Amino acid sequence: MAALAVDPPRGGFSFENCKRNALLAQKGMKAPTAYKTGTTICGIIFKDGVILGADTRATEDTIVADKNCSKIHFIAPNIYCCGAGTAADTEMTTQMISSNLELHRLNTGRVPRVCTANRMLKQMLWRYQGYISAALVLGGVDPTGPHLYSVYPHGSTDKLPYVTMGSGSLAAMSVFESRYKPDMEKEEGMKLVRDAIAAGIFNDLGSGSNVDLCIITKDKVDYIRPYDEANLKGKRQGSYKYKPGTTAVLTSEVKPLELEILDTQIVSEPMEVS
Amino acid sequence: MQMDPGLHKGEGYQYGPNPKQHYFSPYSMNGGTVLAIAGEDFAVVASDTRLSEGFSIHTRDSPKTYQLTNSTVLGCTGFHGDVLTVTKLLEARLKMYKNEHNRQMSTSAIAAMLSTVLYYRRFFPYYVYNIIGGLDDEGKGAVYSFDPIGSYEREAYRAGGTASSMLQPLLDNQIGFKNQEGVTKVPLSKEKAVFLVKDVFISAAERDIYTGDNIMIHVTTKDGTETEVFPLRRD
Amino acid sequence: MSIMSYNGAAIMAMTGKDCVAIASDLRFGIQAQTVSMNFQKVFEMGPRLYIGLAGLATDVQTVAQRLKFRINLYELRENRRIKPKTLMSVVSNLLYERRFGPYFTEPVIAGLDPKTGQPFIASLDLIGCPMITEDFVVSGTCSEQMYGMCESLWEPDMSPEVLFEAISQALLNAVDRDAVSGWGAIVHIIEKDKVTTKTLKARMD
Repeated sequence: MAALAVDPPRGGFSFENCKRNALLAQKGMKAPTAYKTGTTICGIIFKDGVILGADTRATEDTIVADKNCSKIHFIAPNIYCCGAGTAADTEMTTQMISSNLELHRLNTGRVPRVCTANRMLKQMLWRYQGYISAALVLGGVDPTGPHLYSVYPHGSTDKLPYVTMGSGSLAAMSVFESRYKPDMEKEEGMKLVRDAIAAGIFNDLGSGSNVDLCIITKDKVDYIRPYDEANLKGKRQGSYKYKPGTTAVLTSEVKPLELEILDTQIVSEPMEVS
Repeated sequence: MQMDPGLHKGEGYQYGPNPKQHYFSPYSMNGGTVLAIAGEDFAVVASDTRLSEGFSIHTRDSPKTYQLTNSTVLGCTGFHGDVLTVTKLLEARLKMYKNEHNRQMSTSAIAAMLSTVLYYRRFFPYYVYNIIGGLDDEGKGAVYSFDPIGSYEREAYRAGGTASSMLQPLLDNQIGFKNQEGVTKVPLSKEKAVFLVKDVFISAAERDIYTGDNIMIHVTTKDGTETEVFPLRRD
Repeated sequence: MSIMSYNGAAIMAMTGKDCVAIASDLRFGIQAQTVSMNFQKVFEMGPRLYIGLAGLATDVQTVAQRLKFRINLYELRENRRIKPKTLMSVVSNLLYERRFGPYFTEPVIAGLDPKTGQPFIASLDLIGCPMITEDFVVSGTCSEQMYGMCESLWEPDMSPEVLFEAISQALLNAVDRDAVSGWGAIVHIIEKDKVTTKTLKARMD
């Protein structure tokens, strides 16, 4: 059999373009920037579990690329994770750990623990020596109780009752430092996390738009998106609808599409036995 | 969050194959956007009121518009230190002119003077983007736009500052009627100019992190200047 | 000089009511020198599914070909059309695989779901971070100009005719304020029963 012209993906990173890209960089061709999540993310432990919070802005340099991105990622039904740093890295890292944790769960047949997810994350990030720039806030409730970790890009982790990360971390931490206390009620905790994220949204230019919350308790997860729209878009004064024919057209071609059969349903009938 | 790799390499003096260069930059970028539109018998000059640096906001209440005379308004963004110096210098020059000639300087003369003020610093420039809006000698609206070293031209409309590239195409389309077929080119009314200013700033505040908080809008006519403040996003 | 603006490009996609549109400029240049004024940057990936690739032209073509290969394999294996969202994941994985030596291209995806006919638009950065939006996405050397235009011109529930005028005006006025994109434009309006492709009269300077 003839070999395929292109190798099918084998998994893992590919470095085939590195030499070419280094050569281009040497000739003064600047490498471009990827989406960053300038971000305010945080989490607290309250009486019955964990509350995670995040803003929803993604930036590309000084331009807002996404006004409503989701920064609280699913890890397991009882574990979620907020991500800051390079957007692709946080997205892919959390997806990878989520998959591996599910395999682990199927192997062991136990509810996944937060400390397991934390260990998997830090070992992966350490392996890549900080080149995967994901700064994470990991939280969840497992049979041993509620847990909250912060994970740094180089692989170090902290286990604390309240944590913040991202470019708005100082603004958010100032709210926690003045108002956090142990064993808070759910409503009070949600208000505190909202205010911490809002502090980041208003005082840090890298963070903006809405507040997302994720409340994880022993037997329930409440993912509220958006929890609060801190800023509404300004109302346009005029309408910019154009009259048909305003744009000059050179050629026009219509390609009709036939509607395809997309779904066939098999209706089962009882077997003929008479 | 982004970590500075330099922080981990050990501070202090290092002797050896890798010398470290230290330098001081005399400039910083404080953001903000200005916009000026000339009409038949009026001129609109607007700016946002946010002053920022890096990822933090210095103040939410710093308009970048400066009323120079009864019929001339200047919009000025870039490095705020240079903005203050240039505007102070201009005000002093205008006062001297008034004392000497017993009348106010015309808009076209202010534009010519600003050009020489900027070019005087050709090799250590003021880091400022200037746009002048006002009425000319015949009472018609006039807009003059400048680069930081004094090149200038008279135009019908112009945006400057961090979000200028977001504003300018829509002005081309809505005021210059660019790329539109069979459209009647009605002269711009004062009302349309003001709501257009608000709309383009609303759009810019959505996407540019350095534009927001409020817009200060100055409408100059032969009866003087009216000022309006319009709120924008604050995040 | 960034490698992303070596050849120049401007691509955007917008949603309407039961329809989506994707538009691109037609210039291929080498820095300031224009080489071609009919360069394809939007590629058909299915009957109601298009992808636009902005960035370094060599990578645009390589990614388009590799992607088509992966999608052909997918559709043969699954014996059904790929969904726009699945295509986005395929692109995302293709790009993130080269996280440390990326292709210099930022894709824009526009299509209708083959089953439900729901409009879908998305864009990705050069290392494959996906971004799905309700309104519009842009990519290319004049992204700031395109953001400014789209932010003002887009409104919800546009009909195919209104959508065509909006996306065309947004693109034409944006590329006129960019030195390395423009020189003609092409728009695809994707509806459930047809795809309308129009080339636009644009400034050629």
